[in-house]
Amino acid sequence: MTVLHSAPKFASNDGVMAALTGALGTAVVASKEEHGEVVLTVARDQIAAVLRTLRDDHEYQQLMEIAGADYPDRAERFEVVYMLLSVTKNHRVMVKVSAAENTPVPTVTTLWPNAGWLEREVFDMYGVIFDGNTDLRRILTDYGFEGHPFRKDFPLTGYVELRYSEEDQRVVYEPVKLAQDLRQFDFMSPWEGANYVLPGDEKAGTPPSDQPKTTDKPAQTGAGAPANAKAATKVSDGAPAVVDSAMAAPGAPKKTSSRPKGAKK
Amino acid sequence: MTLQLEQSPTTGDEVISNYTINFGPQHPAAHGVLRMVMELDGEIIERIDPHVGLLHRGTEKLIEHKTYLQALPYFDRLDYCSPLAMEHSYVLAIEKLLNLEVPIRGQYLRVLFAELTRICNHMLNLGSHVMDVGAMTPNLWLFEVREDCLNFFERASGARMHMAWFRPGGVHQDVPEKLLVDIGEWLDGRLPRLFEDAMSLVVDNRIFKQRNVDIAVVSKADALAWGFSGPMIRGAGIPWDLRKSQPYDVYDRMVFEIPVGTNSDCYDRFMVRVEEVRQSAKIMKQCLAEMPSGPVCSQDRKVTPPGRAEMKQSMEALIHHFKLYTEGFHVPAGEVYVATESPKGEFGVYLVSDGSNKPYRCKIRPTAFSHLQAMDFMSKGHMLPDVTAIIGAIDVVFGECDR
Repeated sequence: MTVLHSAPKFASNDGVMAALTGALGTAVVASKEEHGEVVLTVARDQIAAVLRTLRDDHEYQQLMEIAGADYPDRAERFEVVYMLLSVTKNHRVMVKVSAAENTPVPTVTTLWPNAGWLEREVFDMYGVIFDGNTDLRRILTDYGFEGHPFRKDFPLTGYVELRYSEEDQRVVYEPVKLAQDLRQFDFMSPWEGANYVLPGDEKAGTPPSDQPKTTDKPAQTGAGAPANAKAATKVSDGAPAVVDSAMAAPGAPKKTSSRPKGAKK
Repeated sequence: MTLQLEQSPTTGDEVISNYTINFGPQHPAAHGVLRMVMELDGEIIERIDPHVGLLHRGTEKLIEHKTYLQALPYFDRLDYCSPLAMEHSYVLAIEKLLNLEVPIRGQYLRVLFAELTRICNHMLNLGSHVMDVGAMTPNLWLFEVREDCLNFFERASGARMHMAWFRPGGVHQDVPEKLLVDIGEWLDGRLPRLFEDAMSLVVDNRIFKQRNVDIAVVSKADALAWGFSGPMIRGAGIPWDLRKSQPYDVYDRMVFEIPVGTNSDCYDRFMVRVEEVRQSAKIMKQCLAEMPSGPVCSQDRKVTPPGRAEMKQSMEALIHHFKLYTEGFHVPAGEVYVATESPKGEFGVYLVSDGSNKPYRCKIRPTAFSHLQAMDFMSKGHMLPDVTAIIGAIDVVFGECDR
């Protein structure tokens, strides 16, 4: 595919994947080259050894980023992606491992000191455990936060909100109360695989009734008991008579209703 | 504050051994909401534990719930000192997934305004760095330049800070010819006059040098190991600049130099930024001289909206407009990591698409994370007041660090 975009151009990927998969041997579970990115998926317990080989033998000196991602449908739902940069070869690779909540990933803080915070962030956001990281505290969320907010099953609004309480003279945590519904727009076209029921389609399953729908009696309107009760106590007969309370202004013409018939306008 | 009293072995007097103080989260020299728990031996720093995340807004989670275009303005609010640089990584990541071509004028405009953003960012950082170590006047003078930059942004996009002007496929609107003329005049007149004036007060100033030279020296090996980028790694003497080594847009046509430090201290980082401002001005002049006419945004109507006038005439244009601003465009499945040279260093976006109209995952690589993490080892053995110089030289902004 010809490259049309103007995104950063680093050194060519030609032969890189073959060289790296050859050097790493059985540790590589899968490898692909898509959108100009070399992505190696490796066995979880081998990650430290793989990254050490890439750093020491293949000149990927810098660990720029560790990203987590959540795929709830998979058996091991989390992915941890290591972005490596070689400043001598001017090249980038991504190395991935998968993990579940109860399968720790070996730490790479022994290879790069800056892996410490990056692993803490993945732990904080997804709950992936890094075995051997001696300082695996939360990093971005609040002190005392519970849960892992970037998991796909964590609601966007969260569970608790905080405010300063005038009575208690301190900040209090309360369950989230939304003053209006969360504005969640779904603009997926219904012709292109939206997986929700369109308004009105839920009636398609109900069998047609042989009784025609009528509203002869108030009870048939379906308005509910209070409305039916109110409708039964109609008072239109005894309604107060309409009284004309308007005072005629001095000099105003007489009302047309009180003018003698046949009078000229 | 905890005080531990113990007896001195020689004199028998009570001595204070180590104590812990809390720096921030509300401290003018912390450049935002940074809390640092410092263990001090007298005034000497033994250990620093930076606590970040006080400005965490869940940007990445919010982006997962927005279409690609709706997610764009969140990037302005990451590093709010250099908003267009943040957008740059994001739009390039989308374009890489779409393999979308940007018209050449659009690329020139993006480079021009990315460099204006760099100047704008450095004005704030250089000024506040100087103020952190005690000088008031240069900051005020540099803010004059920054004000000019913000006015240019306003004239291009309508917004002074949160422009949302870079779009997948180019930029949102072309700029008026007069704006380019004014920027050209500003680059020749006002910018060098104000900037060099302010710098003449600082760069050879004895007090400024005493506060910055030989503070937080980082070796080349350490700079690589800690994931440094931008002026931090160039200050360490490694000529690494993504604009040069991994050029994007029309940076490969630009002629500019990469300044590097020799001593890898706070003073070098400062001076690297000073020279970067001059180089940015050079790039901008080249952009103005070479910029061709033509469209500023891709004409692929499945990604970029049609013009207002076209919509009055063409039914198809109206449909495209409606679809783009409701459903948005779909991005082919895949994952990319795109990093650009933001004024603070490597700003990366790891974008995972599942083929729908919303990003499946958008991980933002902040520049400050690696740099701030190195605070502990950079400050060890320095005095308490040096911390403000070190933070100033890191150029940290918490909108981006905490996301």
